[in-house]
Formats: sequence, C-alpha cells, structure tokens
Amino acid sequence: MQLRTVLHRRFRDESGIEFIYLANSAAILALDEPTAAVVDAFISEDGVDSDAWVQTQPKPSAAESTLHDLIDLGAVRPVDETEAPRAELPPMPFPLATLVLNVTNKCNLSCTYCYEYGEDKLTGDEAGKALMDEKTARESIDFLMRSSGDRPQVSITFFGGETLLNFDAIKAATVYAEEQAAKSAKRVHYSLTTNATLLTDDIVDFLTQHRFGITVSIDGDKDEQDRHRSYKSGKGSFDVMEPRIRNLIGMNKERNGRPIGARVTVTAGATPVVDTYRYLVDDLGFDEVGFAPVTAGLGRDYALGEQGYESLLREFGELGEEYIAAANRGESHGFSNLGDLVRELHQGVNKAHPCGAGLGLVGVSTEGEIGLCHRFVESKSHSIGTVQEGMDETARAAFLEQAHIDKKTDCTQCFARPLCAGGCYHEAHVRYGEATKANLHYCDWIRGFVDLGLKSYGRIQSSNPSFLARFDQQ
Amino acid sequence: MSDNQNDPVSAGNPAANGESQPTEDQAPRRQPRIIACNQKARQLASMVLARRGSARALTQDPPPTQYPYGCTTVFAPGWEVDSSNGTHGLCQPIERDLYDCYHTCYWPAQVPDGVTNAPSWTSSCGAPMQDWKSIDLVFP
Repeated sequence: MQLRTVLHRRFRDESGIEFIYLANSAAILALDEPTAAVVDAFISEDGVDSDAWVQTQPKPSAAESTLHDLIDLGAVRPVDETEAPRAELPPMPFPLATLVLNVTNKCNLSCTYCYEYGEDKLTGDEAGKALMDEKTARESIDFLMRSSGDRPQVSITFFGGETLLNFDAIKAATVYAEEQAAKSAKRVHYSLTTNATLLTDDIVDFLTQHRFGITVSIDGDKDEQDRHRSYKSGKGSFDVMEPRIRNLIGMNKERNGRPIGARVTVTAGATPVVDTYRYLVDDLGFDEVGFAPVTAGLGRDYALGEQGYESLLREFGELGEEYIAAANRGESHGFSNLGDLVRELHQGVNKAHPCGAGLGLVGVSTEGEIGLCHRFVESKSHSIGTVQEGMDETARAAFLEQAHIDKKTDCTQCFARPLCAGGCYHEAHVRYGEATKANLHYCDWIRGFVDLGLKSYGRIQSSNPSFLARFDQQ
Repeated sequence: MSDNQNDPVSAGNPAANGESQPTEDQAPRRQPRIIACNQKARQLASMVLARRGSARALTQDPPPTQYPYGCTTVFAPGWEVDSSNGTHGLCQPIERDLYDCYHTCYWPAQVPDGVTNAPSWTSSCGAPMQDWKSIDLVFP
C-alpha cells in the first residue's frame, strides 16, 4: 500500500523530545526516536510502498506495529485518501452567543492608523447615526435574547468609536439586559473596549459593579502612545488617559473585578514588545496584554513590513520565554496572544471558520443594522439584517459557506490551517477587497507564531504538563 | 492489528518517554512509543484503543496511564486493581460489589442482569454486608 505522512509540523523541546502537530486533526503527539523515524520515512509526495518498507527494516514486526499505530492515529495515511471532510455549517440559524454593539462610530481621538476613520475605512459618506439611541440598544438586547436559542449565557460587547462617548446607551442596554436575562433565565456577560480618556469615577463604578470585562486600547508608554494615538489637534492622549487607567485598575482590583486587558496596536518602528509589556503590567498594573499588528492596506507607512513582522516574532519569542517560565512555576502570565494560542493548541481546536463572526457573533451598528462583526457594521454591502427585522439567514449562510476553510484552496497545504483558517475577514477585505479570501500577506507571520506556540507547548508539556490542565475543555 | 501487549499511545509526560529506548525483546515492558499530548490527541487515542478492543490488565508493568475511575461498561477482565495498583479504590467493602455491579454499573459477567432477567435478585437482601448469604443463585 502506498502511504505518506499527512500534512504536519514537527518540533522538539530543549531536551530533544520530538513532537508532531497533525494538521488534519490538530492532535499533538510526542514520539520516541524510532517512531519519529517512521514519520520521516513516509514523508513523500507520491507515497512509500509500506510492505516493501517494512521488509527493509532491521526489526520488521516492530516497524510494522509502529506504522499501524501511526496509521490509526491519522499521522500516516494512504496516498490516494482524500482528507475527511470537515464539519460543514452547523444547523442554521446558529444560536448567537455574542452581540457586539457599536454604540457610536465617533471617537474623541484621531489615531493615525484607525480603520474606522483612516484611509482603510469601510464606510462611505452614508455612515449612520453618530450615536446609538437607547431604543436601538434595547431592541438589540431583545434580538440577542431571541436569537441565542437555549444558551444559558450570552455576552454583550460594547464597541465603537469610543464607547464612552455614548455611556447612556451602555447603561440603558446593561440595565435592560439584566431585566430580560432574569426573564429568560440567562446569564449575561458584559465587556467593553475604550481608549480610557473619558473614564470617570461614576463610569468605573458602574462598570465594576456589573463586572465588565474591560479592554483598554493603549500602545505603551508616553512616547509610544502619543506616536499614533492622538487628538485631532495632534496632541497626544497619554497624559489624559494615564491617571484614569490607574484609577480604573485600582478600583477594579479593590472590587475583585475581572482581569483588565490592554490591547496594543503594533506599528512600524514600535517599542519592543517586552518593554511595552513590562510597562503596561508592572507599571500601570494591567492583568493581560494582547498585541495586534496594525490592519493596513498596501503602502501605509505605519504598516509592518516584512522586517517588521520578523522582529515582532522575535520579540514575541522573548516575551514567550517569560510565559514558559511562569507556566513551569504553575503561574499564569498575561501575554494573552501566546496564552490564547497555547489554549487552542491544547484543546486541539480545528477551525472551519477563522472566527465566530456571522456564526456565534455579530455586530450591530448605531442604527441597528447587523454586520458580520464590529468591524463591518457600518458597511452597507456587508449587512446581514437588522435587529428590528431579524437576521437575513440566507445572506448569513451564503457568507459562511463561502468563508469555509474547505473553500480556501490557498490554505490546503498549510500546517497552521486548523488555527488560522484563512485569518480575519476584515483584514482580507481591507487588503484584497474580498472578506472570504485567505490573508496570504501574513502567512509567514502566522506560521511563525504557530511555530512559537508549538515549541512553547512542547516545552511546557515536558516540564510541567499539569499547567496545561487548566485549558481542558469539558 | 498491531502489538496489543503495549499501549501504543498514552497520555502523560513525554519527558518520561525518552530515557531509554527499549529493544524489541523488551517489548512487554517498554515505554509508550507515542504519547497523546493535547486533548484532541487523547480523544483520538481513546478511539483507537476502543476500536482495537484490547483487554488490558492494570497490573502490567508499566501500567497504562489512562485509568478508568469507578467501574467499566465494557467487558474487560483485569480491573482487579485500582489506579494506584492497589485495592483501595475498588468497591469497599468487597461485598458492595454485589450492588455496585448489579445496580450502578451492571456487569453481566459477575452478577445476574437486573434490568430484564432478574429484577428481584437482591430483594431478599436489604443490607449486603450482613445478609449477602440470603441472595440465591440465578440460573439462566
């Protein structure tokens, strides 16, 4: 029988233990040396004749036994076998889990790289109302409650623009959601993203009281923050936000609130990741920090070029060392990019779609129009209904079908496919004008990052596997 | 199917896997060749083992690292020790086996089938530790 090793990634830990990540199942196996040699022996485009191979081995029965194990585990398969089809769409309409409310599309800052206002904005001049009114906010909650099936918990995320420009709508939606949740016996989890410049004691009081998960958009220390995150006048925002962030984190800790995260947009020439992390965690007191390379069309001077991605990956590796050291002590670490990746690797996540947009999550514009996610809500061409009239299920299913990983032929030979699944729809739209296209411009970055995750996973698995049990999915 | 005397796959610490490479004549005692690290791999490994249907004794050395807790729903003789190779995790006192096998985890090899054929098998026995002798034999 002609057999070949399936699409995979090999990696090893410091002590030389061999691991393999299988792209068909997202399983991670540790292999002893003879087994690793069998995996290598069958790496061949056209396959290897297994019977002939067995006969050439010094210990044929042991070799055959190992080969059978690898066949059963899906690591070595017949060369003409087509890959098992991935899950198609779940039964539609798929119940919603998360609603992202764009309570405003306005912002008091004017960050140079912003996709909402910059050169890469999706909205035309026909952009909707600046602020979501309380009626639309309540209609959105009603929509979520009736579209979430029998899910016991739903999430409401407030997004903008700068969310706190419309705190009235946030308050109204939260109070109304509490009432409706009580009626339908659901729990509601709230989260909000803000630039922190408008935080007051009253607002912090409300947010912590309702146990909001809060993410602050911040790029780092004063120099880094003021480079791109400025007011329209050009004045930097650091001096306004810094005391407010300290106040927020202090009050949240006092009340034992949820972890507060910083979301850093990484641009060309940014401060090294480790330094930014240290400042945000050690000095300002954030619990978690996530770094996102800026979304940019071609030719933007703030975009990360090839070298920018390379150095970002190197810096991620440096911060990753801290994560691994903490894991070996059995402690959490706030580098959320790597933490999320290690969790997905441990669970063996194998995505048919890159994210939950349009599936369990949708965005709502200020006027109640439903978009795939918060990044698409003001784009009329990506509308999939309104909260008042409901979701356009035909458009939703058509999009999801087109966005399925099996339609992305560019991804068929990529080992990182189970985790990336083609990447962000909005990125693809900005770059290629087509949301369902695979983001080929950052394949190297994704593969490099997944490599970092795999190596980190292997090292933790070898030195302190009990740390990984926290990621077990029930 | 391949060598059933060993678990080809086990969940556990891969650092324990590379210390000494077993030779073929040591096969019954060797370390697993493949260790299922993440959750997906463990699911796959369980499927493979279930499909092979191998009967495994917990006393084998080294013992398999995936132990059933409590009883088992498959006929797999050999669960005579618990996960620590002792008997403390088994039904205690041993007379409780009568009820644990009859009610909570029916095991047709040991006790009458309480679902269809012998529903009143233990009706004469309220407290098995005292009056287990009053339970009669059942002839199919």
